[in-house]
Amino acid sequence: MSDLAGHIVKSYEAELKRLRDLLVEMGGRVEAQLAAATTAVLEFDLDSATRAVEQDPAVDALEREVEQFVLRLLALRQPVAQDLRAIVAALKVSSDLERIGDYAANVAKRSIVLSQFSLPFKLSGLANMTRLVQENLKLVVDAVGDGDADKAVQVWRGDEAVDDIYTAIFRELVTYMMEDARSITPCTHLLFIAKNMERIGDHATNIAEIIHFATTGESLPEQRPKGESPNYAVIRHRSS
Amino acid sequence: MSGDLFMEATQNTMQVGTAQAAASKATAIDGPVRVSIRALNFFYGTNRALKDIDLDLPEKRVTGMIGPSGCGKSTLLRVLNRMFDLYPGQRATGEVMMDGLNILAPGIDLNALRSRIGMVFQKPTPFPMSIYENIAFGVKLHERLARAEMDARVEWSLTRAALWTEVKDRLHTPAAGLSGGQQQRLCIARTIATRPEVILLDEPTSALDPISTLKIEELIDELKRDFTIAIVTHNMQQAARCADQVAFFYLGELVEVGTASQMFTTPRQRRTQEYITGRFG
Repeated sequence: MSDLAGHIVKSYEAELKRLRDLLVEMGGRVEAQLAAATTAVLEFDLDSATRAVEQDPAVDALEREVEQFVLRLLALRQPVAQDLRAIVAALKVSSDLERIGDYAANVAKRSIVLSQFSLPFKLSGLANMTRLVQENLKLVVDAVGDGDADKAVQVWRGDEAVDDIYTAIFRELVTYMMEDARSITPCTHLLFIAKNMERIGDHATNIAEIIHFATTGESLPEQRPKGESPNYAVIRHRSS
Repeated sequence: MSGDLFMEATQNTMQVGTAQAAASKATAIDGPVRVSIRALNFFYGTNRALKDIDLDLPEKRVTGMIGPSGCGKSTLLRVLNRMFDLYPGQRATGEVMMDGLNILAPGIDLNALRSRIGMVFQKPTPFPMSIYENIAFGVKLHERLARAEMDARVEWSLTRAALWTEVKDRLHTPAAGLSGGQQQRLCIARTIATRPEVILLDEPTSALDPISTLKIEELIDELKRDFTIAIVTHNMQQAARCADQVAFFYLGELVEVGTASQMFTTPRQRRTQEYITGRFG
């Protein structure tokens, strides 16, 4: 994308840049939201939890701004080729980012409930998973800002590791719940938290696919690398 | 809406492989070919205006030709019905095959050729005669028709050109009294009156208002049921709306040919991308 010459109409070029900047701003806010939610869970920090939840309206507002901007660009510029792909991509990316923000806020809310329990085990698996998810999110926001298909591919490949850790956490938590019924409430919240993190990873992967197509005009394969399905893990657990 | 758009674009890219294969065959569309251009070069004196063009016009499809001024697209249209023969110092080499016949070959009957390959120009060019005579004039050059047959042919042509209901009560009034859009449809009626196989349109709507333009575009859509159409246009949106396949020319070269949806969502060549998105430096 960036190796093409600039538009003859400079205001169009400026509008496309503004659209990209909006997405990067939105991405930055969502990254901060996820960082706060992660701290809230791993360090039982209520202030961080509150910060993560309070970020949500700003992210929603940015999504609406992107939406309106995209409609205006489609109507007034009648974009084609990579401009069209970039503009339609922006619409989809903003929707994925908004969902990521929602999941982060949900994680933060659950962390508040979770802080009322004392957990007899460490959250090292979850810490690993959130670190990976945060890295992927940061990388994909960079890919959005730079229109960088290589970074997008990296994110797309990286999601496999996230899925693997999620499956491991799932098994671990099921084991704790079987051992001690009193742990069911916190473990269920932790399961949802892990699931939300896994979904955030999926949305980052979606964004990576969108950016790859917008930048190169070529779709990534439909089947992205997948780890062992958590549902499959349950079936195996029962039959073994 | 945007979701569908994106889906379609995504699906288009999945066809890129096939389109690329097709591109090497000089067309983006499978099916019968009406006109096959091979290794075409064209010279205005010593100036080579077309360079080794390989392009097929698929039968009963619309081929849009786009590119900046001077890229050779209008020249190509002029080659297709040997218009250039009128000017000394202009010559074409290579092949333009139609029904096994090279229309560039010497000794071709040019009148017969031009009745098979009709042309409509940028500015409406009605003859200074009645609406009826504008149509009958060209037909008389090629066919001898009885009065009733000629009446029927005039009505057929005007109907096919979506003009009949507007002019049927004033067929014998001067064509100059028609609006610009009506005059252009009259020129299209005149072109199809000789029942050509191919219609060449050289920027047919550039002198028309948006509504007249849409009427011509609707007409093109209708006409492709019966005719093979090539349209030169400076209007990207028009090429996107009208054409089945789009060919992009630059400095006398055919840079890329693809289906309209592929060319406007995922063009392969950098120069195509820069041109259609308005980046050309």
